[in-house]
Amino acid sequence: MTAVQPPIDAGQSTAVHTVGKQVMLAARAVTMRFGGLVAVDSVDLTVHAGEIMGLIGPNGAGKTTFFNCLTGMYKPTGGQVEFLGRVLPPKPREVVKAGMARTFQNIRLFPNMTALENVMVGRYCRTSAGALTSILRGPKFRREEEETRTRAVELLEYVGMKGQGSHLARNLPYGDQRRLEIARALATDPKLLLLDEPTAGMNPQETRQAEELIFKIRDSGLAIVVIEHDMRFIFNLCDRVLCLVRGRVLIEGTATEVQSDPRVIEAYIGSPESEEEAGNA
Amino acid sequence: MKLPTLITPELQRRHSALARIITVVGGLAIIASAYLPWAFGPGALDNMTYLGGPSTVQLLGAALGVPVALGASMAWIEPWLDSRDGLAKRIAAVSKRIAWLRGAKAAATGALVFIAVVVLAIALELGGLVNVEWGGWIALLAALAAFAGTRLMVPGRAPRLHEVKPTGWLEILGIAAMLGIGLLGFAYALNQNDGGTFVAVVVCLTALVIVAMRSGIGGWLSLAGQRNRNVLVFSAFAVAFLFPFTQNGSDANMSIATQVLVFSATAVGLNFVVGLAGLLDLGYIAFLGAGAFTAATMSMSVYATIGWKPPFIVIMLIAGTVSALLGLLIGTPTLRVSGDYLAIVTLAFGEIFRISMSNLDGTDGPDLVHGASGIPGIPNLDFFGFNFGQVHTLFGIPLGRFSNYFFLMLLIMAFIVLVFSRLNYSRIGRGWIAIREDEKAAEAMGVNTFGLKLLAFASGAFLAGFAGAVKAHVDSSATPEQYIFLESAFLLAAVVLGGMGTVMGVIVGATLLKLMPEKLRFLADYRMLLFGLLMVLMMRFRPEGMVPNTRRQLEFHEEDAELAQEVDDELPYEFVEERAR
Repeated sequence: MTAVQPPIDAGQSTAVHTVGKQVMLAARAVTMRFGGLVAVDSVDLTVHAGEIMGLIGPNGAGKTTFFNCLTGMYKPTGGQVEFLGRVLPPKPREVVKAGMARTFQNIRLFPNMTALENVMVGRYCRTSAGALTSILRGPKFRREEEETRTRAVELLEYVGMKGQGSHLARNLPYGDQRRLEIARALATDPKLLLLDEPTAGMNPQETRQAEELIFKIRDSGLAIVVIEHDMRFIFNLCDRVLCLVRGRVLIEGTATEVQSDPRVIEAYIGSPESEEEAGNA
Repeated sequence: MKLPTLITPELQRRHSALARIITVVGGLAIIASAYLPWAFGPGALDNMTYLGGPSTVQLLGAALGVPVALGASMAWIEPWLDSRDGLAKRIAAVSKRIAWLRGAKAAATGALVFIAVVVLAIALELGGLVNVEWGGWIALLAALAAFAGTRLMVPGRAPRLHEVKPTGWLEILGIAAMLGIGLLGFAYALNQNDGGTFVAVVVCLTALVIVAMRSGIGGWLSLAGQRNRNVLVFSAFAVAFLFPFTQNGSDANMSIATQVLVFSATAVGLNFVVGLAGLLDLGYIAFLGAGAFTAATMSMSVYATIGWKPPFIVIMLIAGTVSALLGLLIGTPTLRVSGDYLAIVTLAFGEIFRISMSNLDGTDGPDLVHGASGIPGIPNLDFFGFNFGQVHTLFGIPLGRFSNYFFLMLLIMAFIVLVFSRLNYSRIGRGWIAIREDEKAAEAMGVNTFGLKLLAFASGAFLAGFAGAVKAHVDSSATPEQYIFLESAFLLAAVVLGGMGTVMGVIVGATLLKLMPEKLRFLADYRMLLFGLLMVLMMRFRPEGMVPNTRRQLEFHEEDAELAQEVDDELPYEFVEERAR
């Protein structure tokens, strides 16, 4: 384990909150450089079982990049990601197999597949029928295919899309596309779900539905990390919140703690002094 | 590009009644003109100089005249039928779902093109338009009248025939009729040694297909085909199996048919790579070559270099394995790069293969395939005393050498098609689609993208190796010059032209590409030019190919919300539906 700078303010309060819970994800000093730019600068993140962790920060703070590092889409230039006590290699497939699934900020469904097929693709990593079994249509193939389909139908119902399975993903309304992405991620049987702005572009009613869905998923025993800009959403939902600014951890704590921290407000809307300066100039 | 509208809806409304009469008269005149002499000399196309004795090409013209006349007059016949009882009323009910006018419009256009092509062919083959007799001109005028008439009519209703409740026996009858016409058309076109006749037949068949599509009968047929997929596949193979029996022991056509089959089998193999996994492979012919050379070296030809001859099935497996290994060898380092880079690497691989084979001649390398001269004199196959080189008589019909190979290729084709469709509709097939749609997202969902791409590459190569082993015996020689880049380009063209991701499309594309150079020898110098033109036109107007896979069609038309809605409403068999099967 590398030496870790303790994140600012990540002290007593959170320790009390999470005592006795199993640590699921432990990211240590994760750093991502693109040439001279340090997009993520030794960020630490610990997620416990059954917890909803919020990730906030102004645009360009490195939230999505951090997600990409966690899920193996990027190979981090420094640090390591430990999941359930095992250090994950930076390969998306291994990460999914280990039990971490994600959604995307800009929806990335398979547009010309039906909703059901999209979810079925999510089952890929939990099934193993190879080319030969598929050609011979052996009993294993048929069993797996049946299981895949049943599970996919269940998941569609779970996210509230019952009976929508035979529509092309590209024809679905926006809110349903977001939900379908969650269903597809759930199809991989994750233990930890990473949601990248799950309510972006949603109206208040859809946001409320998404909130309920996320609670429902949490109650089924999954841990969740969620990137959001909608502060009300974050504070309704999250047990703990981590705020990133310019690739660094600004503060970590309970929702109320982070909400009332002047530095967070400053990061988002600028400090009163700089405003005054701007006004005087 | 938008043409100025000469014919306004207002104009159509005003002249609709007159236009209908013109169209019907035009259609009847097209039919009648088949009985008139079209050419002064018997040398043009099939002999069309007789008054009262129509030739086949003329009858084909008449066949296009029928839907014109019938389609236009249906507006009079239909109410009359509807007013009767019993059968007539039921016919009227069906008739109301057919888009007669749209069919007539397509038929009139088709007839005009057909007759113009025939008239031009007469002029070309006899040396000048003076050789076209009055019958030909009357036919052209009649077609022009019908064309103008259909354009002046108010556009008809859209077809609703596909909404009819499925009726088992009728659908199977329809499929049988369609396949029968296909077989007759193919056999007839194959028998034509005259370029003009061949073109005329192709134009006529194309026009008939378009008429069927526009009137709604084609849509009903394709739906029937989807509902009875197994029947369709089995009867298609049955029809292909019967084909050699129509040839009366003549090997000339069977030679072409066998070449077509080898070519289409290879093209279906390429379709794994291009159509399913969405990878561009420009050196695919190398895998066919690898199979052919493997089989050749073990064929016990006088020039064969390996003095071991296992049963042919083992040779095929070895040939397939060698090709698949080559596929893995080239795929492992290169499948990590995407798109254009892969195309360049595979292009180079195809050339490396050909040049390596030329150099395995004993001076630059081991004398494995005798370099540029290759391995000639490959003996015919012999299955348990059944010699492929001899003529065998079955049901009193002699079946020559190429017929034997045709049957063997048909078996291999059936195997390839089975592998293709089963892989396509499985977990692996879903993985391939996901990779095509969004590779990054597929990876993030746990799909083994590299492994699946490699699998497509290797299995495509394996099947090409299979086909190659037979090809060596069909050609009775294997030389490096048979496996040049141009062949790879043609294979890719067959896939793109026919339809990526479908078996049917690729077979149609491969057949066209193999038949045309055989039959259009007079165009030999312009062959590549025409071929290029055809490709450009296809890419502009129908990038998804002639018989497209619905999903590929959607992928090619990302902006087309209407198409997506249509597919959504009537989900084709390619898609997994929510309800349990």
